[in-house]
Amino acid sequence: MTVSSALSDQEVAAIRADFPILGRRLEGGRPLVYLDTGATSQRPRVVIDAMRDFSENHNAAVHRGAHTLAGEATDAFEDARAAIAAFVGAAPAELVFTSGATGAINLLTAALGAASAGRGQDPSHRFAILPGDRIVVTQAEHHSNLVPWQELAARTGAELAWLRAGPDGRLRLDDLATAINARTRLVAFTHASNVTGAITDVAVMVAAARRAGALTVLDAAQSAPHLPLDLSALGVDFAAFSAHKMLGPNGIGGLYGRIELLEALPPGLTGGSMVEIVTMREATFLPPPHRFEAGTQAVTQAVGWAAAVGYLDALGMERVAAHEHALTARLLEGVARIDGVRVLGPADATDRLGAVALDLAGVHPHDVGQYLDAQGIAVRVGHHCAQPVHRALGVVASTRASLGLYNTAAEVDQFLGALDQVRSYFGVGR
Amino acid sequence: MSSLDVMYQELILDHARHPHGRGLAESFDGESFQVNPTCGDRIQLRVGLRAAPAPGGEPGAQPGDGGEPGALVLESVSWDGQGCSISQASASMMKDLVEGKDLAAVEAVAGAFAELMRSRGRGVDQAAAESLEDAIALEGVSRYPMRVKCALLGWMALKDAAAKAAAGDASPARIPEGI
Repeated sequence: MTVSSALSDQEVAAIRADFPILGRRLEGGRPLVYLDTGATSQRPRVVIDAMRDFSENHNAAVHRGAHTLAGEATDAFEDARAAIAAFVGAAPAELVFTSGATGAINLLTAALGAASAGRGQDPSHRFAILPGDRIVVTQAEHHSNLVPWQELAARTGAELAWLRAGPDGRLRLDDLATAINARTRLVAFTHASNVTGAITDVAVMVAAARRAGALTVLDAAQSAPHLPLDLSALGVDFAAFSAHKMLGPNGIGGLYGRIELLEALPPGLTGGSMVEIVTMREATFLPPPHRFEAGTQAVTQAVGWAAAVGYLDALGMERVAAHEHALTARLLEGVARIDGVRVLGPADATDRLGAVALDLAGVHPHDVGQYLDAQGIAVRVGHHCAQPVHRALGVVASTRASLGLYNTAAEVDQFLGALDQVRSYFGVGR
Repeated sequence: MSSLDVMYQELILDHARHPHGRGLAESFDGESFQVNPTCGDRIQLRVGLRAAPAPGGEPGAQPGDGGEPGALVLESVSWDGQGCSISQASASMMKDLVEGKDLAAVEAVAGAFAELMRSRGRGVDQAAAESLEDAIALEGVSRYPMRVKCALLGWMALKDAAAKAAAGDASPARIPEGI
């Protein structure tokens, strides 16, 4: 990655001015240093304005009714789908709106469960997961890409297997050949860990899954806001991601599925808006994506999310990634100089995102977070919805600073300065 | 003329009141059943095919009418259904437009109609407009995106029934019990 492609200081200053919340002052007039983008990102004014405009001028139920507002709202909803799909390298019909990445993975497991129970037309039989089949996940998963697979395995009688993480948090790809056996039907893995920041070698995972004839499911919730993302080029079968991690609102996310798979898959959720003909006995279902969108959708949020991807697109994800990469390198170099810090994840910025979780010897993460908060610095403390990877790395919880496109080198330095004071404040190690 | 009056031209209301092709033929080569999920409107449509005559066959055959020798010609279109005036008029106009054309010509005219419906009131080029005959009167529907599905309902059934007929599938369309 070349330095020249990164955002300039002036551009970052202009970006910061687009985010009203970054002007917030905390107790004592302290400016906010927001290092918790991995949990949820902040929203630029264009996102807030798009949702306000929709609410004030176009709000109506979509895909029903024939009045003017119904038409405008439907157009806004479907235009949003097209924009978000294009942003992740998908066709519009390949993007199903869900409540978030968790909603997306649960929708998929529900649909696969339905196929396993014999629902759907003939082509859906290929999705059936049978007793003795294998579902493979990894030790680096967020709970949202682990627990639904545990449940599906329990419902179908399939065996759950997983790829372990090494001491640096990276997946042990050498174990792939044993983890993915001939009975493996599906491999679900994260594009980037929300704890270690390690970026998964998707090509290697996809190739191994394909050799076994297994489907692939990518958790792109962490990568979508930080890397150029082209799901069709990555060759995964399904993917999940969330608006609220990529400058959009909460309450909406997406399930990507290759169109020929979505066309064959039975619905996971059923009800209104996803049917063609309903009698007292049975129903027929719409084609994708609407087959998977039962009930009233989060239309206002879809409009906001489209504004968010428009904002990211205008900056260019290559440049966003280059900016965050430079900050990540600065952050990792800085914490390496602080006594008692152990980084949970790769120690350098290569193939790594700017989520940096660390253990500070002798101080509980909650106490670290409290001290930093008093300096106006927002980080996440706890297990970050990823208990197994913490356990694999020998800790229960950690303190995580996670970067976004609006962060600056000065903020990273402020975090480093404050972190350096934590152990002495708590009377540890000096 | 207001947009509303443009959509509900007298020609359209005439077709809706006295639809052509309504009443299902006894025998058919392909059948389709389609619904508009927004409103529950539905159509059951049947087509009959015949092979175009060999050169010098039928006296008085017009070039382009009846198709290339050996091509499949849409001999009959009949339908039954429930729907709004737009869906009924569109199916009626479609019947007049496609009957007697070979399947390639039917596909071309179906493409022109779909383009007209997507045009958001901008219309289509003159050649496409002329190819649509009476159905060009439905141009006003394209200003109402929520009604485009109504105008396309019959055309969806035609596409499906013709494809089945061409593939030799003369099985009855599946119609859910109790509808």
